[in-house]
Amino acid sequence: MTHEKTPFRRSFTPFRGLYDPCPPLLKKTYVVPPNLFIGFQPPDFPQFSAIDALKTGTLWTPFYDYYDNPYKK
Amino acid sequence: MWTYEKKLMYPVKVSTCNPTLAKYLMEQYGGADGELAAALRYLNQRYTIPDKVIGLLTDIGTEEFAHLEMIATMIYKLTKDATPEQLRKAGLAEHYVSHDSALFYNNAAGVPFTAAYIQAKGDPIADLYEDIAAEEKARATYQWIIDQSDDPDLNDGLRFLREREIVHSQRFREAVEIISEDRDQKKVF
Repeated sequence: MTHEKTPFRRSFTPFRGLYDPCPPLLKKTYVVPPNLFIGFQPPDFPQFSAIDALKTGTLWTPFYDYYDNPYKK
Repeated sequence: MWTYEKKLMYPVKVSTCNPTLAKYLMEQYGGADGELAAALRYLNQRYTIPDKVIGLLTDIGTEEFAHLEMIATMIYKLTKDATPEQLRKAGLAEHYVSHDSALFYNNAAGVPFTAAYIQAKGDPIADLYEDIAAEEKARATYQWIIDQSDDPDLNDGLRFLREREIVHSQRFREAVEIISEDRDQKKVF
C-alpha cells in the first residue's frame, strides 16, 4: 500500500496570461483511475490480505489508488 | 427484498468539530452525483437492463445505500452538538431555519434533490455509460471533499468510499463488455 508514488496521476501547466490576477498555479493535476487501464479483470488477479482489503476498500491490489490533496504542502 | 446489517460498511470516525465539513458532505448526500442519486439510478435501471447484468446493478445499488448511511453518519456527527451560532458560522443557517439539525437531501449549496439528476434511457449502453460517468463524478467529488477537509479520520472514511467508486466504475465497464460480446454466436465466414 504505497501512498507516495502513484502511476494514476497526470498533470499539465495551464496557460499563463500576462495580466492574470492571481499567482500562478504552476501544475494542475488530475486523476486517471486504474479502471481506465485494466479492461475486463483477468483471472488470478493479485489480492490484498483480508484485513488490508477491508481497510482499502478493494480486494484487488491493481485497483487500489490512495488519494490525498495534491495541493497540500 | 433486502436484509439489513445493523452496522456501517466502514467505521465512521470524525476527529474535529468542524460543521463546515457537514455542509460539503451534503454534496454526496443529496447532490447530483451523490450516493442517493446513485442508488436510485441503479436500482431503477436494473428492470430494463439485459439479464446478465441485473445482479450487478442490484449489488452496486444496494451498496450505494450503505455508502449513503456512512455519509449520513458523518453529517450527523458533525452537526449533532453544534449550536445555532456554530451552524451559522459553518454556512448552515439556511439549513437550520428549515430543518434544525435534521438531515435533508440537499446538495452542498442547499439545492434539494431531484429525480432530474438521474436517467433511465432503456438503452443498455446509454444506461451503463451513464453509470460509469456517475461513478467517475462521485470519485471526483470525494477527491474535492478530501482536498477541502483536514480531518484525517474523516478522510480515511472518504478514501474508502472513493476506492469503492473506482471498483464500481470497473464493474460497469466490465458490464459493457459482457453485453457487447457475442461469443455464444456461431460465426460463419
